[in-house]
Amino acid sequence: MIIPHPLLGPRDAQEFVYLGDARLIDRPDGLAEDAADAFHDYAYLRDNPAGEHQELWYHEQGDRSWLVVTRDTVTHRILRAELASDVARAQGRSR
Amino acid sequence: MSQTNRLAGGGLIDRSRVLTFTFDGRTYQGHPGDTLASALLANGVRLMGRSFKYHRPRGPLSAGSEEPNALVELRDGARREPNTRATTAELFDGLTARSQNRWPSLRFDALAVNDRLSTFLTAGFYYKTFMWPRSFWEKVYEPAIRKAAGLGRLSMQDDPDVYDKGFLHCDLLVIGAGPAGLAAALTAGRAGARVILADEDFRLGGRLNAETLTLDDAPAADWVAAILAELASLPTVRVMPRTTVVGAFDHGVYGAVERVADHLPVPEPGMPRQILWRIYSRRALLCAGATERPIAFADNDRPGILQAGALRAYANRWGAAVARRVAVFTNSDDGHRTARDLHAHGLEIAAVIDVRSDAPRSPDYEVLAGAQVVGTAGRLGLTGITVRTADGGTRKVSCGALGVSGGWNPAVHLTCHQGARPRWDAAIAAFVPGPDLPPGLAVAGAAAGTFSTAGALREGAAGALAALADLGVAATAPALPRAEDAPAGITAFWHVASDAGRAWLDQQNDVTVKDVKLAHQEGFRAVEHLKRYTTLGMATDQGKTSNMGALAIMAELTGKPIPEVGTTMFRPPYTPVALGTLAGRSRGDDFRPRRLTPTHAWAAEQGAVFVEVGTWMRAQYFPRPGETHWRQTVDREVLAVRSAVGVCDVTTLGKIDVQGTDAASFLDRIYCNGMAKLAVGRVRYGLMLREDGMAKDDGTAARLAEDHFVVTTTTANAVAVFRHMEFCRQCLWPDLDVQVISTTDAWAQIAVAGPRARDLLRRVVDPTTDLSNDAFPFMACAAVTVCGGLRARLFRISFSGELAYELAVPARYGDALVRALMAAGADLGVTPYGTEALGVLRIEKGHAAGNEINGQTTARMLGLGRMVSSKKDSIGAVLSRREALDGPVPLRLVGLRPVNPADPVVAGAHLLARGAPTTAASDEGWVTSAAFSPHVGSAIGLGFLAGGEGRIGEIVRAVDPLGGTDVAVEVVVPHFVDPDGEKLRA
Repeated sequence: MIIPHPLLGPRDAQEFVYLGDARLIDRPDGLAEDAADAFHDYAYLRDNPAGEHQELWYHEQGDRSWLVVTRDTVTHRILRAELASDVARAQGRSR
Repeated sequence: MSQTNRLAGGGLIDRSRVLTFTFDGRTYQGHPGDTLASALLANGVRLMGRSFKYHRPRGPLSAGSEEPNALVELRDGARREPNTRATTAELFDGLTARSQNRWPSLRFDALAVNDRLSTFLTAGFYYKTFMWPRSFWEKVYEPAIRKAAGLGRLSMQDDPDVYDKGFLHCDLLVIGAGPAGLAAALTAGRAGARVILADEDFRLGGRLNAETLTLDDAPAADWVAAILAELASLPTVRVMPRTTVVGAFDHGVYGAVERVADHLPVPEPGMPRQILWRIYSRRALLCAGATERPIAFADNDRPGILQAGALRAYANRWGAAVARRVAVFTNSDDGHRTARDLHAHGLEIAAVIDVRSDAPRSPDYEVLAGAQVVGTAGRLGLTGITVRTADGGTRKVSCGALGVSGGWNPAVHLTCHQGARPRWDAAIAAFVPGPDLPPGLAVAGAAAGTFSTAGALREGAAGALAALADLGVAATAPALPRAEDAPAGITAFWHVASDAGRAWLDQQNDVTVKDVKLAHQEGFRAVEHLKRYTTLGMATDQGKTSNMGALAIMAELTGKPIPEVGTTMFRPPYTPVALGTLAGRSRGDDFRPRRLTPTHAWAAEQGAVFVEVGTWMRAQYFPRPGETHWRQTVDREVLAVRSAVGVCDVTTLGKIDVQGTDAASFLDRIYCNGMAKLAVGRVRYGLMLREDGMAKDDGTAARLAEDHFVVTTTTANAVAVFRHMEFCRQCLWPDLDVQVISTTDAWAQIAVAGPRARDLLRRVVDPTTDLSNDAFPFMACAAVTVCGGLRARLFRISFSGELAYELAVPARYGDALVRALMAAGADLGVTPYGTEALGVLRIEKGHAAGNEINGQTTARMLGLGRMVSSKKDSIGAVLSRREALDGPVPLRLVGLRPVNPADPVVAGAHLLARGAPTTAASDEGWVTSAAFSPHVGSAIGLGFLAGGEGRIGEIVRAVDPLGGTDVAVEVVVPHFVDPDGEKLRA
């Protein structure tokens, strides 16, 4: 597969390490009242769709960017690749 | 030896040169341009192998890579290569080949007795027969079957050749260099596009080489030569003969194997034997042609029975006759082309048997319309056939070769490598590429089901134009030569209905029409079940000549149309790829990168024994003259550290530099214990958890400045922890002001441990640094200089429990530093120690390492439960608080000491209460680490024991059923030396 790195252009998937569902960005607040339940869901529940899926890929043999890659798991077509930090900020994550 | 069956003239071989080769020890001659099969046929050799299961005598069926039968062992010694297709092996002078799967000889094979037993050895025989008694499988059946099975033999020696991997990029990859491929490459090449033209053959031209066609009234070979000359002159075109595109992968990536030196006796110096190419293409055009399929009839597997197209290929391209008197059996006009060509070569056409009642007639030879071949004769080679004529009578026809044509199957394989299925085209009675092609791939010519030469040329050029238009490259179609444009003219016909004899479908796996019927009868009707039950379409040829016939017969039996029966999946590789090619240079010492520590050369000078630790080579121990056992050496090294001072290279531990105004806050979230308030100039032990609460890794964090930390990881987790930190930094807290970088390779780090460590360091660290216990206490750190001004970092941390430091210098000074330490400490008894002693020292001290922090353990189990801060949020903290995380009766880290000091303690042994039965149900824990402790004077261990903290002093059993030991051990606190930490604070 070839991943369109937002900074570096098309890169072979071999340069990357795959992590999985990009929902791992939505880490709950560990000091919240419902933290135990929220972390249970965060750590153990994943969608595994046949179709469009947002995934985390790490450009380990490259610039060490974490990317959110939107990929069709059936056809392997890649619709989008974004810097994970941008995605995280867009979801309201900051410090 | 004369080439008795070499035709008088013609062929694309160089008759001016003679190549000598041997087959089964006998010497023959051939010419450049020959394959092993064509040369053997020219020498009158039809018998080339024995079949897999029944050991039936077999000759080549084909003239290409689809060959099921003519598999031989090629070359000698370490280069001996089993299961090589004689039909594609390019002849070279001195080539040696042997037949396979026969004993004692090819003509007389003892296991041919299987053929007599074929009534019992039908499909499913193994599944049904070797099931009972169960205990017989491993000891009796499997060894016997293994002995009888298999074709060629491995050399059992290391492959002396090298294999490379390479990367290519192109606008258009053209797969196959027949008329379609050549027209496509020319069109795209002239437009200046970057073109790769790959073909598995050593001679480009595809089917044009095997026919007697004219293009613009000139021989096709002239046109091919002119096109190749022009392609060679175009700077953006790369022509790759002997290169098989074996797989179509995602996003326009294709795998290809180039046989760089297979046609040479030995690769030239520096030349790889083969190259595995990864081709990145923007567009690809499949011009791979088609494969002729046989018709099944009784005893259709005798040497001398070939695809009709192969028969004429041997005559036209190689000037080789399979026999002087030839018959043809066909269901299409294509079989007649073979008869015409062979007749023109002066061979005698015994008859053309055409299943069609309206078969075309010939003035030159007899055509039996509406007839079928119902039997054959000749044990080691064809002598004649029996024909059932249109009027129902039978007739014997004597002949030494029979060409069979059941139609052509487009080579759709690559179009299906991403899961697509081909589409049935009734007009040519074959599967053609479906609508769902891999993105960027198009198909032209015979591979698309267009069988005429003119059609192939047209589609090749048009395919290239379409691809270039997609890419925005302007191009014009070249003027194409006039060529034959005949329609296919075929009537689907798969097998001759007959009860007599066996009609072979898959000659490589000895699958007959009857086996397919049996599979149907026993319910294995789905095409994938049929394949597994009968082994149809398996092994080196993957059913290229057999799958279609079997599908058609299954369709007949189930009463379904062929497209509803479907096809099996086509998966890469298209033809077999040697494991050596896939491995490339990654074998032996080069299997993976080998990292050497900065003190490696010095350690080697000291006679160190090295051990692989991940990708690192580390000194395991440093034997001295007179030491006869590694334990002697390790005990000496351990005692030297405990009594004087030792040095050990600990560079391999991961080092991560963390900087930024939020560095402290970042580490506070990464480690479960508090890091935010760590003072500058101090080091703290840190434990990292995974988000599910299990321990991930441990190490130290040293604060060199307000905004600058250096943290260490274990050797094994250096990469994973760094990746994790980048994840946290980028994905969880993108606005924290913190940067991380791995400095593992940048700093050489040497542990200096033992009661004389400070004395030694005072001689190396520049006196500007006060090393007194008050000025530089336990867990202090500082940037210092050594040896008169070299920048260095000093950490007072201890893995051994002794007064200890770790001293880091830029990596290039690591060698000099260890030599300086050894020279400066000679009178102090300074001793180098390796990873074995390091392990003993940390077990004696009770420090957890990879055996304890193995992904299955929690902070509480490690006795570090109180480290998990409840005042902050950190990775893993929330889920680590789950009560049941460490088991119903919580496991705790304990020390273990054998009651009888002579007894061993074995890592991996399980802990059981005394008197409990030795069963999994009474398991109470396990030994994680064990070593002989020279300090204690016996073996010692660390382990996890249920309720361990409350069981100090209890005697339990350490049971190792695999090793057969059962030792009484006393549960002790996991600190065998200096439990109060006085030494390391001294």
